[in-house]
Amino acid sequence: MPRTEFSPSIASRPTYAPLRPHGAAPALMLADAEGAEALLELAAADPAVMDRAHLIYIPAGAAHGPRLRDLGAKMYHEAPSFSAALERYRKALLDAKMGTQLYLAGTEGLIGQGLAEALAAGLPADAIQSEHRGSIARRMQCVHCKGITENVTTDPFTCSHCGLTLFVRDHFSRRLGAFQGVCVDAETPGIVPEMKEIKA
Amino acid sequence: MTIRFNDETFRDDYTFHNSPEAIRRFPFPFDQDSYMYSVNLEPHAGGRAGSPFQNRFDVDEHYVAEMKDREITLAEDPLRCQSLPHMELAGWDFLELVMVSKSEDYPELFTLNRDGDRWHWINRPLGIEQRFTFLDPTTLPCGPMEYITRQTQGDHALLDQRDGNLWMDAGMVTSQADWSLDFDIGMNFYEWHAPVPKAHEMGVFQRALKFLLNLQQGAPVRRLNWTMTVNPRLDTSPENYHKWGPEKRTITPENVGAKQHLRVELQTLWRLPRSNAIAFPIRCYLMSLEDIVTQPKWGRRLHRVLRDLPDELAEYKGFAVNRPVIVDYLARFDDGADTSPGIFPD
Amino acid sequence: MSALELRVAAVEPLSPLVTRFRFEHPAGAALPLFSGGAHIVVEMPDAGVLRRNAYSLISDPMDGSGYEIAVRREDAGRGGSRFMHTQVKPGDTLRVTAPINLFSLDLRAKKHVLIGGGIGITPFLAQLRQLTRLQMPFELHYAARSRAEAAGLALLPDLPQIHVHISEEGNRMDLGAILSGQPLGTHVYTCGPEGLIAAVDDTAARLGWPKGALHSEAFLSPPPGTPFTVTLKSGRTIEVGPHQSLLEALEAAEVEVNWSCRGGACGRCETGVSACHGRIEHHDHWLSDEEKAAQTKIMPCVSRFTGEMLTLDL
Repeated sequence: MPRTEFSPSIASRPTYAPLRPHGAAPALMLADAEGAEALLELAAADPAVMDRAHLIYIPAGAAHGPRLRDLGAKMYHEAPSFSAALERYRKALLDAKMGTQLYLAGTEGLIGQGLAEALAAGLPADAIQSEHRGSIARRMQCVHCKGITENVTTDPFTCSHCGLTLFVRDHFSRRLGAFQGVCVDAETPGIVPEMKEIKA
Repeated sequence: MTIRFNDETFRDDYTFHNSPEAIRRFPFPFDQDSYMYSVNLEPHAGGRAGSPFQNRFDVDEHYVAEMKDREITLAEDPLRCQSLPHMELAGWDFLELVMVSKSEDYPELFTLNRDGDRWHWINRPLGIEQRFTFLDPTTLPCGPMEYITRQTQGDHALLDQRDGNLWMDAGMVTSQADWSLDFDIGMNFYEWHAPVPKAHEMGVFQRALKFLLNLQQGAPVRRLNWTMTVNPRLDTSPENYHKWGPEKRTITPENVGAKQHLRVELQTLWRLPRSNAIAFPIRCYLMSLEDIVTQPKWGRRLHRVLRDLPDELAEYKGFAVNRPVIVDYLARFDDGADTSPGIFPD
Repeated sequence: MSALELRVAAVEPLSPLVTRFRFEHPAGAALPLFSGGAHIVVEMPDAGVLRRNAYSLISDPMDGSGYEIAVRREDAGRGGSRFMHTQVKPGDTLRVTAPINLFSLDLRAKKHVLIGGGIGITPFLAQLRQLTRLQMPFELHYAARSRAEAAGLALLPDLPQIHVHISEEGNRMDLGAILSGQPLGTHVYTCGPEGLIAAVDDTAARLGWPKGALHSEAFLSPPPGTPFTVTLKSGRTIEVGPHQSLLEALEAAEVEVNWSCRGGACGRCETGVSACHGRIEHHDHWLSDEEKAAQTKIMPCVSRFTGEMLTLDL
């Protein structure tokens, strides 16, 4: 799956660029599903990028695992979900030294969470590379109940926590790693616009 | 100067009201008959006696009721007040700024005694007396920013300055024009303004940021901003949008004068000493259309401004749906006469 | 620009070239507090010429009883530091600006690494006190050619986090070792000659550090050059002398220009150029490379001009 081109939007909406190798510097790599392809291309551009890399991959049904493993990262780990990988990822950030490169690849939900954790650990934003691949589903925070709904593909959508019908904004919080969802029928309860697929 | 504090509410039965004196001193935000964004910053160095610009932190007849309303909002949702860990020093700076300013500007209401780091604060309107150690958060019932902003009208943001930008890293936000501190905390100047239409293309934020990065201690600045609110409601947060949203659709030609309010923000910006952060108080003033038109100049001008405002701005400010009714109502108070320059009533 | 009239309370030589000055309020009032890294601009009425130089505050940011600066005498300079060394005596009154900080600590940092070369130690003296008070992890590296020249030695506390590198004694600063193995969230601050700042930037880049973790302040005083002439909108022309900055020449001619740092960093004096027949010598850290190449803006505090005609939007 090729890199996603998103339409231009507001200043808080994240943008993504192709991953660029930083040689054999210590590296932390986090990818899900089709994000594997971005790491495969990164390693093809400069195989040394794997020499001191700790690679965490969440396949989410994709079959790229064996090819990623074969890249020869110093540490390779497959996790069934982001939450299963979270403590391992946090420890990797805690142990990391300045100069460590962070590569994030895959869905916006994964990139957003990976980014939020890394910023909290003290990594400056300009040390983090992220490339979008795969599903354009979004990770949404309900501004009302604060619950996060993962993998949102329609606008509006139903908050998986409080059940309100929310519209999908492009306003994005790096701290939360999520877009903002706001009640779509707040002024006119029950009058909900037609549900559409989210576009890139 | 004595202030009689109103017994009033900003929710449910909405008993909020402006006295004739409060109407006269209302910070009407339009200095001409049309409106567009601009970097309308000016020194916050006093102003006309009795006006909300006179003192560093204006205290008016709504003070006690506003602080009660804030308490209700915070009890329902404590996330309206947040401070990222590195902002505590800025919180102390701001506490000092407010306590010193208020005790000097309103000595009959507030007293601050300082003996080195041992401070003694008395807030008579709210019946608070507190002895604490400056810079020691364990000697206050809550963090320094929360402590002082529970006693200061308006929303407040503390902006960290780094990397040639300003970052909204702390705030007390319970009377906002539809933005979420919980969502926006940690964002830079361009990010938290991202949803504002048109202004980015006009370069307004670039110019404003450039100016603010050079803001100096002892030289605060101010500007007015505005929006429209149905009912005198302080908590028009996105968090509670599904609760107050339906009220927006209750405007009729009969009730628009009483229910529709012009909401004005007196925004001030202050460089803080120890933290080099910027304090950004956003003080909200509400006034119903029927109170506004008691000043003929304001009635005429508000009619022209709202009638001619670009649709995009009416949409962003959230009153597009009620604009026809509002403009029809105000048209009755616009005889076409010229208006005098400046914001003050004739 | 809000200014304070302060009394010179003490003048104390720290080394053959560096002298410490202490300013206090004449009536004993408390001065505005500040944050580590802040500077003040001192006005020097020097035989009919009003000079203004920026100096980092070296005293405790939380102590409003006085401001202290350390001034290195630059005999080849434009005369400001010479004036401070030869003319200023205890009891004199000088005008200074309120503190301004263009080199503040990033208070989010998990650790702060401060690298000062020569007189570039000055902003760190105040930052040290701030870091100590806030109980934040830090290390400081101070590099000087010789012990005799190292004026900072007298001002640095004896702490294990403070490392002194005297190159004459064979104890050169090893930037690679300093920048290796620092924990995630470390920020580095460098102040000193341009060469030191460039060396830190190069070493950090080699070790994969992100630019967002690097902060620096060059001690930029207006460089001398050949005399030149600028033209104002009115057609009036102003001559700029070899040891005078364009800003100083404009001020001497009573043309109003905003300013703050006078060192090419803050952007306050940015001035539009309506016509440029020649080359602007940009010395500032404010304009982007594209803006510099376009020759439509100039920072009169540090930048100069060579060529036929430069017309300013003034």
